[in-house]
Amino acid sequence: MSQTEISIKNLNLSFEKQQILKNINVDIPRHKITVIMGPSGCGKTTLMRCMNRLTDLNTQAKVTGNIVIGGRDILHTNDDITEIRKMMGLLAQRPYPLPMNIFNNVAYGLRISGRKKKRFLEKRVEHYLRQVNLWEEVKDRLKDPAAALSIGQQQRLCLARGLAVDPRIILADEPTSALDPISSQLIEEKFAELKSSYTIVMVTHILRQARRIADHVVFMYMGEVIEQGPAEEFFENPKMEMTKSYLKGMFY
Amino acid sequence: MNRRKAEEYFFRVLMFISSTIIIMVLLHIIYSILKAGLPHLNWDMISKVPEGGYYFGKGGGILNAIVGSLYVAIGATSLAFAIGLPVALFMNIHLTKWKKVVNGIRFLMDLLCGIPSIVYGAFGFTLMIFFGLRTSLLAGIITVTVFIVPIMIRAIDEVLMTIPRGLFESALSLGSTKSEISYRVFFKQSIAGIITALLLSFGRAIGDAASVLLTTGYTDYIPTSLSQPTATLPLAIFFQLSSPILEVRQRAYASAVILIAIILFISLLARILTYSYKKNKINY
Ligand SMILES: Nc1ncnc2c1ncn2[C@@H]1O[C@H](COP(=O)(O)OP(=O)(O)O)[C@@H](O)[C@H]1O
Ligand SMILES: [Mg+2]
Repeated sequence: MSQTEISIKNLNLSFEKQQILKNINVDIPRHKITVIMGPSGCGKTTLMRCMNRLTDLNTQAKVTGNIVIGGRDILHTNDDITEIRKMMGLLAQRPYPLPMNIFNNVAYGLRISGRKKKRFLEKRVEHYLRQVNLWEEVKDRLKDPAAALSIGQQQRLCLARGLAVDPRIILADEPTSALDPISSQLIEEKFAELKSSYTIVMVTHILRQARRIADHVVFMYMGEVIEQGPAEEFFENPKMEMTKSYLKGMFY
Repeated sequence: MNRRKAEEYFFRVLMFISSTIIIMVLLHIIYSILKAGLPHLNWDMISKVPEGGYYFGKGGGILNAIVGSLYVAIGATSLAFAIGLPVALFMNIHLTKWKKVVNGIRFLMDLLCGIPSIVYGAFGFTLMIFFGLRTSLLAGIITVTVFIVPIMIRAIDEVLMTIPRGLFESALSLGSTKSEISYRVFFKQSIAGIITALLLSFGRAIGDAASVLLTTGYTDYIPTSLSQPTATLPLAIFFQLSSPILEVRQRAYASAVILIAIILFISLLARILTYSYKKNKINY
């Protein structure tokens, strides 16, 4: 059993009267791909937003419990929230490139953390664009607006931009749902490579995608974690009745 | 013809008629001003201040009002921008959690946009009396600023409102602070819209007579300091138009042509600027 990167304990979240997450206890292993699965509306996105404290943006959201990353409870810490968020790169359901050129999109995170030397930026930007297999496609048009890229390229740019702030964890919320099959495959392949140095948490509702890339699976239903465990065990030998019927495709 | 087709046809005709009417009316206004004003527009009008006897139809021009109006409008637009941009950004970035507060502010601003400018003029006038100030360029700039700030804020706010939450959240998760998001992300994404807001406010500022009527005073000289009174174009038009002398009334139309030309020039400039700044905008 590998080390735990994120440890979620007794996490509860409610919006006004409605409880969305019910007593979540999940351990996310380091340098593995953990897939969060479940029918839509079960709270996958909300759980992920707790991890980088985007839930702070909702005044109505009441969160209790602990999320421990690197020995620090990120829900109850006085540490700078921007430092916490920088530990995690976020890949959203569709790409949101920054309104600037391709180069600056990747350099953005470095610049705001005070790394402004041109030579340094050039090296790093190339490095991260290569890391997501985008360099060859954009090296001659780094000054073009990010909007000129295809959706699939934009999503890879967003991944590169996230990697540039040097996170330990990558949070991806259905990162391929807006992409064509080839772009999706590229992202999946990247994740498989990146997991040797990053802990990846990915939400998906595509069962086949989960089977392809998951090392660890968390299955949720109506705000509760029904079953979790190593992928092989989860897919081959599910323990709960609900998991079995979900895997058989009896509900989505 | 079935019902849906008839409906489609009806609305198409309706739209065509109403746009035609609006365009015709606008063209007619511009046409009558140009017809009445252009023949009396000459180089003296825009290069000289009124000479003795100008108001009886003798020599000189309205350079004093042109410069005065530009001072007032540029001053007020810059001030309103310096106040409005941070407020609009603050509403859309720092106050995202307090939706009710933001909606309250929006409602208030909409209310302020609806108040006629003469009320702002009167308000500025009472303030001046209270502080013992005389009519001056500064008083005019401040009054017009107060008058256009709500317009500026709401115009920028409307643009910022169209920015998707996802961009905000992406920027946050890169470790940005809220001020970094304000000026590095939201500002850049909305530059084109912000230029439109500037233009809108400038148009209101330079074209409004009531807010400067009681506050700037009127003089035949170009002001050399903020504490001096100044002429403005709307008032120049107003005064000349109410003259019994024909030549003076004709010059009122020539002055209106100058005012329209300034607004047209600024609009074109804004279009060009918008175009060159739009390229990094993302269409989500
Ligand atoms: N800001 C919010 N306010 C109120 N309810 C919300 C909010 N965001 C999500 N929810 C509710 O929380 C539940 C879980 O949503 P979500 O986490 O997006 O599900 P999933 O990602 O699994 O589809 C849904 O029932 C949704 O309606
Ligand atoms: Mg979701």
